[in-house]
Amino acid sequence: MSDKEYQPKSKAGKWFNDRLPLLTLGAHLTDYPTPKNLNYWWTFGGILTFCLLTQIITGIVLAMHYVAHADLAFASVEHIMRDVNYGWLIRYIHSNGASMFFLAVYIHIFRSLFYGSYKSPREVIWIIGLLIYLLMMAAAFMGYVLPWGQMSFWGATVITNLFSAIPLVGDSITTWLWGAYSVDNPTLNRFFSLHYLIPFLILGLVVLHIWALHVPGNNNPVGIDIKKPSKDTVPFHPYITIKDTFALLMFMIIFAGFVFFSPNVLGHSDNYIPANPLVTPAHIVPEWYLLPFYAILRSVPDKLGGVILMFGAIFILFVLPWLDTSKVRSAVFRPIYRQFYWIFVVDVLLLGYMGAMPAEGIYLVLARVGTIYYFLHFLVVLPVVGLLEKTDPIPLSISEPVLSGGAKLSMAKKDNEKF
Amino acid sequence: MRSFSLKKLPVLFFIFFLIINHSFGSEQTKPIKVDWSFKGLTGKFDRASLQRGFQVYKEVCSSCHSMQYLSYRNLGEPGGPEFSKEEVKAIAASIEIEDGPDSQGEMFTRPGRPSDKFKSPYPNVNASIAANGGAYPPDMSVLVKARPGGSDYIYSVLVGYEDPPEGVILDDGVYYNKYMIGNKIKMSSPLMDGIIEYSDGTEASVDQMAKDVTTFLSWAAEPELEERHKTGFKVMVYLILLTVLVYLSMKRIWSRVDSEE
Amino acid sequence: MSQKEKKTNRRDFLYTASYTVGAVGLGAVIWPLIDQMNPDKAQKALATTEVDITNIEPGKEITVLWRGKPVFLKRRTPEEIAEARSVKMDDLPDPQRDEERVKEGKDEWLVMLGVCTHLGCVPLKNKGDYKGWFCPCHGSHYDVSGRIRKGPAPKNMEIPKFEFVDNNTIKIG
Repeated sequence: MSDKEYQPKSKAGKWFNDRLPLLTLGAHLTDYPTPKNLNYWWTFGGILTFCLLTQIITGIVLAMHYVAHADLAFASVEHIMRDVNYGWLIRYIHSNGASMFFLAVYIHIFRSLFYGSYKSPREVIWIIGLLIYLLMMAAAFMGYVLPWGQMSFWGATVITNLFSAIPLVGDSITTWLWGAYSVDNPTLNRFFSLHYLIPFLILGLVVLHIWALHVPGNNNPVGIDIKKPSKDTVPFHPYITIKDTFALLMFMIIFAGFVFFSPNVLGHSDNYIPANPLVTPAHIVPEWYLLPFYAILRSVPDKLGGVILMFGAIFILFVLPWLDTSKVRSAVFRPIYRQFYWIFVVDVLLLGYMGAMPAEGIYLVLARVGTIYYFLHFLVVLPVVGLLEKTDPIPLSISEPVLSGGAKLSMAKKDNEKF
Repeated sequence: MRSFSLKKLPVLFFIFFLIINHSFGSEQTKPIKVDWSFKGLTGKFDRASLQRGFQVYKEVCSSCHSMQYLSYRNLGEPGGPEFSKEEVKAIAASIEIEDGPDSQGEMFTRPGRPSDKFKSPYPNVNASIAANGGAYPPDMSVLVKARPGGSDYIYSVLVGYEDPPEGVILDDGVYYNKYMIGNKIKMSSPLMDGIIEYSDGTEASVDQMAKDVTTFLSWAAEPELEERHKTGFKVMVYLILLTVLVYLSMKRIWSRVDSEE
Repeated sequence: MSQKEKKTNRRDFLYTASYTVGAVGLGAVIWPLIDQMNPDKAQKALATTEVDITNIEPGKEITVLWRGKPVFLKRRTPEEIAEARSVKMDDLPDPQRDEERVKEGKDEWLVMLGVCTHLGCVPLKNKGDYKGWFCPCHGSHYDVSGRIRKGPAPKNMEIPKFEFVDNNTIKIG
């Protein structure tokens, strides 16, 4: 909370605020001192909030028309597309919104990786963020099942079967998840129930995520601790709000481009074929945002091993703050890490590409190389580089001159010119 | 900030699009690219072609293929073939629809109404499989969206029947098609020159019929397409305008901070 | 002193007992909430399916649905049976003799769940490197006995419980 104790001006406001300090909270959020050198990569927090609210609102509306029954789900989606007023618009916003949500969250995560936002004292923010990411994947997966097309059905089959890899109890767990002896109506029904629940869990975690952020305050492109409030900070409103709004509008233009002019390009055409338990589509591909993990799963010739590695690829992120041994946050001052960062980005994109390709021949080889490097990056590169790397001199503050390394000052300045 | 700037964004987007584009590439002979009137940002359906396409569907396809998500009323709705009210009524009335049960508990048939769904040729999927030698003629409501390649693919299959190349042995009732996934198709070539007589006098060549019926199927799969394109255009104009305004406001607000330096 | 100790002990016991009894109650409440997700009575009732096999020619197979899963019924030719039996056990990731996978005296009938043991897709017939089945999802190859030969699947395709009601009917389940 800000240093000055907030006092509402009106009597009624004071009366209310004494009983429930909502106005104090509002004032805190408005005045919240934010580093003034935040660049556009920092606008994705706001964009993600927008995405979540969009999904919740369009989702609630869709649920008014959707029927969660294996015999009716596909038809009810067509009913939404054809008969419900603006149904096509709402559904396309919801389905493309999922992709936009993931696009934004990946940029948000990679921003954190570049500027070391996951490091002390922000580990808890990072971990809550990963929990949100996990819930997002669960929600997206279950949401994809609801239209009950071929990809819905077989995606659900493949993903739920992952649990059958668990020794001894695997099959019982899978049957329990299905509520039947295969993916069937009970599965669809419970997925709908959970798909409706999860966004609200995410919303709760987002509140915690922001709360945890407001304790140490934002990291920034220079990655140094800053005094708050000071010459290095600006109040959140209007400076950050207007900038977030601008970035959000740019984001919405891309979003609208998908919704209105290419609404099915991110989906798979097989999902317009009603689910058929007797025929598996020739190519089972998950949605694009899950492809890197899918590639990791397929790169292992052993079932249990593949499942372990795939989940490991996500859970290794939870210990990332302790794997990275460097005290310097921002990659701007880490010449070696910076190189590895970009190799890692390429590696993840490569894995994503391999996830979309058939698991054979050169693709399989490359997927294996990519998988090995993915883990090497976290288990070897990060700890070792952190210990050996000679970092560039770091400025003492965002706006004041540095003690050493004049070149870096001009660089910090250049950041500011961005606004 | 050398290595991580907004300049990289287009590059990342490019890679991103490469990935999604590639994931839907097919291994078949690439479908013929047709310059459809409904493609592109402002694309619209060709009304006359839609009406002819419906005729092809009604007289050729509908004996095997259902279109269970469409209703006769759709034929008169804006953005579609836009038959007149009377025409839609007449089209619907020409179909016998089963209804009921009546007060005696019996099912009965009556002439169709615009509010009725398209009548399916078979009572259920199994009946359609049994009647077609084990192959299931897919429902055509969303067929265009259900095939990689969309309209181009449907059109290509319709005109892609050929004699099998040497070495390809076909079972009885299986035909060779250059563009079909797997090249083997259980449907014999459905179109022949002059198989129908267009009411508007257009010559019913195979190519013409294939284009018309594909246009009709594309509309059936995306009846909202014209409205979507129109709304999208307005939304884009609005968003760009607002973005410019917000950008200028942002410059104004931040100038207070930047001038301190 | 001893009086006080006794008191403390009694108090500890009370606390522990409260926790324990409370935990039992909580568990008893949670269990119905978990168990409701298991297959319900109607699902369990769909246990058996009878299939007429009169019209299946040697070398052909049909697929029927049992408990929401496809079941392959293949009438194998003598050559296929011979081939399935000529495989060395060392070549099998999940060693099982072909004789164990069919009913004695009905060697030509292979009845198995058409579900890949990797992640549950339906394998395609007459595909793959071993003339049996091939799973398109992640590339598992099965032989003409439905045994896994290559790929990520850990086990042979499962043989469900089935019996011959008479010469022309198979009861699955």
